[in-house]
Amino acid sequence: MTTNRISVTVNGTDYSADVEPRLLLIHLLRDVLDLTGTHLGCDTSSCGACTILLNGRSLKSCTMFAVQADGADITTVEGLASDGKYHAVQEGFWQKHGLQCGFCTPGMMISAVQLLDRNPDPDEGEIRTAIRGNLCRCTGYHNIVEAIRYAAANRNTGAMSGGKQ
Amino acid sequence: MTIALKGESLKRREDHRLITGDGTYVDDVRLPGLSHVAFVRSPHAHALIRSIDASAAAAAPGVQRVFTGAELQEQLGSLPVGWVLPDQNSPPHPPLAFEKVRYVGDAVAAIVADSPYEAQDATELVKVEYESLDVVVDGEKATQMGAPQLHEDAPDNTSFEWEVHSADRGYDDAAKEAEVVIKQRMRNQRLIPNSMEPRGIVADFNAGTEQITIWTSTQIPHLVRLLFSAVTGHPEHKVRVIAPDVGGAFGSKLYLYAEEVILGMIAKNLKRPVKWIESRQENFIATTHGRDHIADAEICGNRDGTISGFKVHVYANLGAYLSTFAPGIPTILYGLLLSGVYKVPHISCVVTGVFTNTTPVDAYRGAGRPEATFVLERLVDMFAAEIGRDPVAVRRKNFLPTFKNGRTVSTGVVYDSGDYRATLNRALEIFDYKEFRREQREARRNGRLIGVGFSTYIEISGLAPSAVAASLGAGAGLWESSTVRVHPTGTVTVYTGTASSGQGHETTFAQIASEELGVPYDDIDIVHGDTEKQPFGTGTFGSRSVSVGGQALLMSLVKVKEKATKIAAHQMGVEPDHVTFKDGTFTVEDIPESQMTFAEVAGQAYSAVNLPPDTEPGLEAVSFFDPENFTWPFGCHICVVEVSPDTGETRVLRYVAVDDIGNVINPMIVDGMLHGGIAQGIGQAMQERAVYSDDGQLLSGSMLDYAVPTAEDLPMFETDRTVTPSPSNDLGVKGAGEAGTIAATPAIVNAAVDALKHLGVRHIDMPLHSEKMWRIIRDAREKQRAERSTRAKQRETGGKS
Repeated sequence: MTTNRISVTVNGTDYSADVEPRLLLIHLLRDVLDLTGTHLGCDTSSCGACTILLNGRSLKSCTMFAVQADGADITTVEGLASDGKYHAVQEGFWQKHGLQCGFCTPGMMISAVQLLDRNPDPDEGEIRTAIRGNLCRCTGYHNIVEAIRYAAANRNTGAMSGGKQ
Repeated sequence: MTIALKGESLKRREDHRLITGDGTYVDDVRLPGLSHVAFVRSPHAHALIRSIDASAAAAAPGVQRVFTGAELQEQLGSLPVGWVLPDQNSPPHPPLAFEKVRYVGDAVAAIVADSPYEAQDATELVKVEYESLDVVVDGEKATQMGAPQLHEDAPDNTSFEWEVHSADRGYDDAAKEAEVVIKQRMRNQRLIPNSMEPRGIVADFNAGTEQITIWTSTQIPHLVRLLFSAVTGHPEHKVRVIAPDVGGAFGSKLYLYAEEVILGMIAKNLKRPVKWIESRQENFIATTHGRDHIADAEICGNRDGTISGFKVHVYANLGAYLSTFAPGIPTILYGLLLSGVYKVPHISCVVTGVFTNTTPVDAYRGAGRPEATFVLERLVDMFAAEIGRDPVAVRRKNFLPTFKNGRTVSTGVVYDSGDYRATLNRALEIFDYKEFRREQREARRNGRLIGVGFSTYIEISGLAPSAVAASLGAGAGLWESSTVRVHPTGTVTVYTGTASSGQGHETTFAQIASEELGVPYDDIDIVHGDTEKQPFGTGTFGSRSVSVGGQALLMSLVKVKEKATKIAAHQMGVEPDHVTFKDGTFTVEDIPESQMTFAEVAGQAYSAVNLPPDTEPGLEAVSFFDPENFTWPFGCHICVVEVSPDTGETRVLRYVAVDDIGNVINPMIVDGMLHGGIAQGIGQAMQERAVYSDDGQLLSGSMLDYAVPTAEDLPMFETDRTVTPSPSNDLGVKGAGEAGTIAATPAIVNAAVDALKHLGVRHIDMPLHSEKMWRIIRDAREKQRAERSTRAKQRETGGKS
C-alpha cells in the first residue's frame, strides 16, 4: 500500500498524515484526525451530511480524496464556535429548534454559513435553494429555514448565548 | 436555570452536543483494537447458493476472517418474529443466508478486516455460485397460481390472512341496501425510510465476564438485548445494548437485525471488538421498507351523506422474510383504525400478508395508520363527489360525537377521548374555505388548476396495553419503566426505558421531573439508551414515549415525593399529611417558618441519622407503567395544491395542520415533530417511491434515484392545536411523533383530485409525479372532447330522425 504525506489545517490546527491515495477526505477527518463531528450519510454525494468549508468554500467531503486537500485550510462543525460562544448559525439552530436527531446538522450548518457569507439577508426561497444539497429527514426544513433567518438577523449583534437557557 | 414546567417551549438540552460536533453516534464509538466488518450481499433476488469460495478473500490484505452462513448457522439461529397472528406462517429467517437467497441484499458472508476499506475490498473476492430462480416482487401476483414460491412452509407465498369486521358482519347487506357504493383499487406505494444516519453496530466481548456489549443505532435497546439472547442463546444478563445518539429512525431501527446478531457473535468468536457501518446503498436494500399495499376499497352510503360502511381487502407486501413487527403493521395498526372518526356501523377488512423477493417491509413512520387513513379519507372524498356534496359537510355529518372517556367504535376498539368538530372548526378558522372556493373558480377561468384537500384523521398511539397487544399477537410486553435517583445533594438522575432518535426526551422528561420535584431543571439528568443503566424498557415507537414512558417517570417521581414528604414530616415533628410540598420546599401547614428544601431532605435520606421508623435510607424509586388503553390522537389537515395544466407539475401551496394530541409538555418540540411528520407525508404523496424491476432489482436504490424531499420541495407549515386530554395516562398526553405522516397523504391527494375534479378525475394513486399528472389531465381532456363530440353527433342524428 503506497501512502502520501499530506498536511492540512483544520479549524486552525495543523495536521500531517500519511494516507492512501484513495482515502476520502471525510475519512481523513473522521478516522485519521478523529474529528467525528462531520458525518457520512450517503455514497452518492446526495445528502450533504459531510459538508465542510475547504479554503472558504463549502464542499461535500465525501467527493474529494484526502490527497487532493493537501495544503488546504478546512473548517468543520468543531470550528464554528469561538471564544466559548456559538457561531450565529449555531445559535439560530438552537434558538429555532433547527435540529432533531442532529445527524445532518453539521453539514447543514456549514451550508448555512456559506450562504450567509455570500448573502447576508437571504429570503425563504434563497435559503431553500442554498440548502437543497443537504437532506434532513426530521424537521421538514421549516425550522431550519427559521434558524437561518434568525442567524441572518442576529449575526452581527454579538449576543450569542453559548448555549445556556 | 430554575424550575421548568410542563407546557414550556424550552430549548433542547441535547442540542449543545449536536451543534458543536460533540455528539456520539455509533460510528463515533472508538475502541482499542477495533476491527471492521463488511457484508457480501446477494445480487440476485431469488437464487440457490451452490457454493461459496472465500479463499481469495481470506488471503487478501488486512483480512482476518471470513464467515459464511453455513459456518455460523447454529450460533446465529433464526431471526425472531415478535408479532404472531392466528395461523401465521413464519418461515425461518437465517441472519446469513446459507441455502437460498430471497432478495437483493440478503447477506451471505461477513468479512472481518483491519480497516473498513480492506473489508470492503475483500467482498469482491468472495466467489458465490448462484443458481437463479424465478422472481416475484408484486404482492398480488405472488399469491397467484404459478408464482415462484419463496418459502417451503408458506404456501401461495402467504404468511397470514387476517380479518376484522364490525360485530354484525353486516357490510355486504348494508352495501345491498345503500343508495351509493363506490369501489376503488388504491396502491400505497413502497417507501424507503432513509434516516439520515444509516444503521451501524459496534460489538465487543469481554472474555473475563462473558459479556457481549452492542452499540447499535436502534429505537429498542432492551428488545434487541432480549431478542439477541433468544436467537443466539447467549444469556440475556450477559448482553448489554447501548443506543448512543441515534441519527433518525422512523421505524426502520425498531427490530433485531441480522447484522446485530452477526456482529455480536463475531465479537464473541474472535474475542475482539468489531464495527460495521451501513453504507447508504446497503441501507436501501438491507434496512426495512414501509407501506406497499394494494387495497381494494369500498364505501357505501346514502345520498343524504350518511356513510353506512367501509370495506377493504389488502395485499400487504411483507418482503422476503418477516421482520420483527411486520405482521402487526398491516393488520392491527391498519384494520383497527378503519372506523376513522366516523360513526359508521359496518366495517369489513381482510388483509393478506404476502412474501415477495424484496427487502422486508415493517414499520415506517405511522406504520399501517397512514395506509388506513389514506383509504378512509380518500373514500369519504369519493363518496362526497359521487353524491354531489361538500367533502367537509359529509365529514361533519358522520363525525362521532364528542366524548371524554371512552367510546367503542365498529372495529371493536375503544377510543380514549375525541372532539373531531373542534379540530375541524379550528382549521377552518385558519383556512378560509369559502374564499378558497371563490379563488378556485376564478383560477379555473384563468386556466389555473388549484384544489383543496381535507384529512380528518385519527390514529392509534401510545403503543402499550400489553394484555390488549398480546391478545392481538404481540410477543412482548409493551409497558415502559423509569428509575428516579435523587443524589444526597438534591440533584436528580432519571433513567428511562425509552430511547430517543431525535425526539428530545432529555428535555421533555427533565421538564416533567423538574415541575414534579421542584428541582431546578439543570440539576436533573435524563439517561436513556443503555440496558445496563436502565435495566428494563421497551423503547421508542408508536408515538409512545411520553404517554407510556412519561407516565412511568411520573409514577417514580410521585413515589420519591411521598418518601421525601415522610422524611421531612418526621424531621419537622409532624404527620406527613400536615406537610405541603410546593416549588421544591416542604412546609408544615400553618407554620410557614417550619420548612425544609428538597435538597435538605435528600441529604437527610442519605445521612440516615434521623429517619422515620421503617424507612430505609436513600431516595429513589422504580416504576413500570402499562396503560389500560392506547391513546388516540386526531386532527384536521388541510392542503392546497396547484397543478400545472401544461406540465402536470404539482406543488403544495399551503398546508394547515390542527392536531389534538392531548396535553403538550414542550410545544416547540411537538411542532417540530409535526413538521417532520408532514414532510414525510408530503414526500410519499408527491415524490417518494421504491421501484423494483420484475427480476427484483431495486431501481430506486440510491439517493439519486429515490426522491427524499429537499428544502425546495416543501412549504412552510401552519400548525395549531386543540387539547382534549387523554384519560389513558395522568399526564393527559396522546403522542405527536406520527400524526403528521398519518394525516398528510390523503389531504394532499384529495387536493390534487379536487383540482382536477371538473375534468372527471376521481382518484389518483401516489406519488403525484408530474408525468402521471400530465397524462391524467391529457386523458381527461381527451375523454371530455370525445364525449362532447359524441353528444354533438347524437344531437345531429337526433335532429335528422
